[in-house]
Amino acid sequence: MDSVISVSGLRKSYGHTLALDGLDLQISQGEVHGFLGPNGAGKTTTIRILLGLIRADAGQAMLLGGDPWSDSTELHRRLAYVPGDVTLWPHLTGGEVIDLLGRLRGGLDLDKKQKLLQRFDLDPTKKGRTYSKGNRQKVALIAALSSNVELLILDEPTAGLDPLMEAEFRACINEDRHLGRTVLLASHILAEVEALCDRVSIVRAGKTVESGTLADLRHLTRTTISAELASPPTGIGELAGVHGFQSEDSRVDFEVDSDRLGEVLSHLARLGVRSLISHPPTLEELFMRHYRDADAST
Amino acid sequence: MNTLVGTSRLIRFILRRERVRLSIWLLVLTLVPVQTANAFKALYPSEGSREQLVNTVATNPAFAALLGPIFGSSIGAVTAWRVGVIGSVLVGLMAVLTVIRHTREEEETGRRELLGATVVGRHAPLTAALMVTAGAGLVLGLLLAAGFLGIGLETGGALAFGLGFSAIALAFAMVAGVAAQLTGGAGAARGIAVAAVGAAFVLRMFGDGGGVPWASWLSPIGWFTQLRPFAATGERWWVLSLSLGLAVALGTLGYVLSARRDVGAGALPPRPGPAQAAPSFRSPLGLAWRLQKGSLVGWSLGLAVLGAVYGSVGDSIGDLLTDNPQLAEIFELLGGQQGITDAFFSTAMGILAVIASAYAIRTALRLRVEEEGLLAEPLLVTAVPRLQWARSHLYFALFGSVLMLGLAGLVAGATYGAIAGDTGQMWRVLGAALIQVPAVWVVAGVATALFGLAPRLTALSWGVLVACLVFGQLGEILQFPRWLLNLSPFTHVPNLLAADVNAVPLIWLLVTAALLLSGGMAGFRRRDIG
Repeated sequence: MDSVISVSGLRKSYGHTLALDGLDLQISQGEVHGFLGPNGAGKTTTIRILLGLIRADAGQAMLLGGDPWSDSTELHRRLAYVPGDVTLWPHLTGGEVIDLLGRLRGGLDLDKKQKLLQRFDLDPTKKGRTYSKGNRQKVALIAALSSNVELLILDEPTAGLDPLMEAEFRACINEDRHLGRTVLLASHILAEVEALCDRVSIVRAGKTVESGTLADLRHLTRTTISAELASPPTGIGELAGVHGFQSEDSRVDFEVDSDRLGEVLSHLARLGVRSLISHPPTLEELFMRHYRDADAST
Repeated sequence: MNTLVGTSRLIRFILRRERVRLSIWLLVLTLVPVQTANAFKALYPSEGSREQLVNTVATNPAFAALLGPIFGSSIGAVTAWRVGVIGSVLVGLMAVLTVIRHTREEEETGRRELLGATVVGRHAPLTAALMVTAGAGLVLGLLLAAGFLGIGLETGGALAFGLGFSAIALAFAMVAGVAAQLTGGAGAARGIAVAAVGAAFVLRMFGDGGGVPWASWLSPIGWFTQLRPFAATGERWWVLSLSLGLAVALGTLGYVLSARRDVGAGALPPRPGPAQAAPSFRSPLGLAWRLQKGSLVGWSLGLAVLGAVYGSVGDSIGDLLTDNPQLAEIFELLGGQQGITDAFFSTAMGILAVIASAYAIRTALRLRVEEEGLLAEPLLVTAVPRLQWARSHLYFALFGSVLMLGLAGLVAGATYGAIAGDTGQMWRVLGAALIQVPAVWVVAGVATALFGLAPRLTALSWGVLVACLVFGQLGEILQFPRWLLNLSPFTHVPNLLAADVNAVPLIWLLVTAALLLSGGMAGFRRRDIG
């Protein structure tokens, strides 16, 4: 697969604040890639470097086969961007902004624009300063999604959208995925990333701490198990790979490393299982573990 | 009154945010008048030498029109004449800009809402902004009085001068307080309030130089002149009550309007606009036109009105001389009636050029305002190259200022020519206006260079403009060294009306402007956005 975004060892500091500390990011063509991290982790800084708005201090960044800084104008014809914090010109209408941004990018799909206006239920005749936050976000989303570009860069695009509109947004991204479009989705909303993304990268303090498919990431971590047993729960807590073991009478709750799951289940079977609930780690658990662990180590 | 809850905390908050800006205003507005008085002391040490100055001034209507009448030959009276009007305009601007910044601008950015949800009464923000501004005016008045007393001027005059400035700050703070309630945006509110300062300036000029004496009494700036600080015949303290009366009336109006409207809303409801962009709306220049046309039209009209006033006043200068043959004889030696009128128009075009420079700075710095407001980003991530976006606004700074300067010169010349029955004057006055263009472009270049190379310091552009104004108006009196005066581009503009023009300084100004502009653009191409 062709690499659409290829970033390695990216560094950027603002005065004494280190924003990026050797960040890596690989995104192939046609992939919807989740870009996760807490506030201030360096997601927006990375995106701004990829957009040629700021220059990295060190490291490599390639975007659509070009250099994001020196080839910015040409590259920008092939991508669309939705910022997390959308501001609009107070006296221009939403419709005018959508048209202007589309034309400046080199053209927009008018059919698609009309459909998106309906899907997102946006009144394009209102002036920029009278839109609410969610509606400003919709203006930026429609402006980006109504273009036929290869790459969408979305920085927390659903902030301020209501659940109905968020569902609409997910539907749009899924349609774009089928068209072979590449999407970089920076987000805090883990359910959204879980629902949409093929692969994710987790960043913390300017570094990539984890990258891969959701299945890969799950494999590295623990499954949660709650069970009702037929006999007293002996020996479970001592098994290799079991964490956070708790029992109350015949009821047990624990987490188990995914690669030890088989051994633990056969032990449970020997004890006799009346009921069993197991669920794979949610992205949220993954995410929290990364930050908690990292916090503990610093 | 629970609508005022939180006012004192807001006052402290505004003072915290304004500590640098207001300090600079107060420092400049105190130091310049006091230093001018000091300079007069050194330049005209004897009563006799000052009487001579007063006689020249009193008999020259151009001086009365530009600076106001003179009411005595004491150091104080001469100082009040020389810096009173220009100082009044600056005090008015200080008041207007401060109030708008902390009322309408806070609403536009949404910060007002953040505060409004806390324990802050509905009238607290307006009250706090007005009190800080009026308070700054009062502090300025006391500083000035103390400064004048410190160099040994009369107590009554010192207090009158100081409190006269305080009264102007108070009156224009209230003007801005009303303007802030009328419009939907900070820009329009600021425009209305600044136009009120301009109107006060123009009315005073009509009153003192245009043969319509009552016009001065319509202007808070005229009231300062009529307060007559340091006048030989004594101050007219009751004039201060005019400013107080106006402040109470406008203050009441401001609160009534503020109580009637919603936060963020103006007096007029917002109207829907087109659902689609016009086919021609497809370039950064098209966007810049949409964003800039209102202010271009407003400033052009303002300058044209000022040009018309100068034009009509210019003719009455001639009238006064023909009415008095002896006077005319004296002036014949100084270059004749034409010489006096020419000197007047040269000075007037210099003032217009400074105003056009203010427009150029504001317009060039619109780039920074857009960038900080996150409005540059959406354009720069499309196929628009950085410099194309930057140029779209700079065209307005460079050519808009030429347009308005040319228009003002044309109107001034046409008005003067029509009244004097000499249409040839129109082209001469227009030329005197346009010859200022290279200097205006240097100022625009300074703003652009700061934007590109030191974006955090763009506010320095305004300091440069104020320095040019002080150098041009008072540089000679304050006896600044030549090299310092030479730093101002306006020092190098040849006087088209008085002598044959030497083009060399103009070429140097153009080269300097080009270097500053291209330096700024080169810096902007390399730097981070945001």
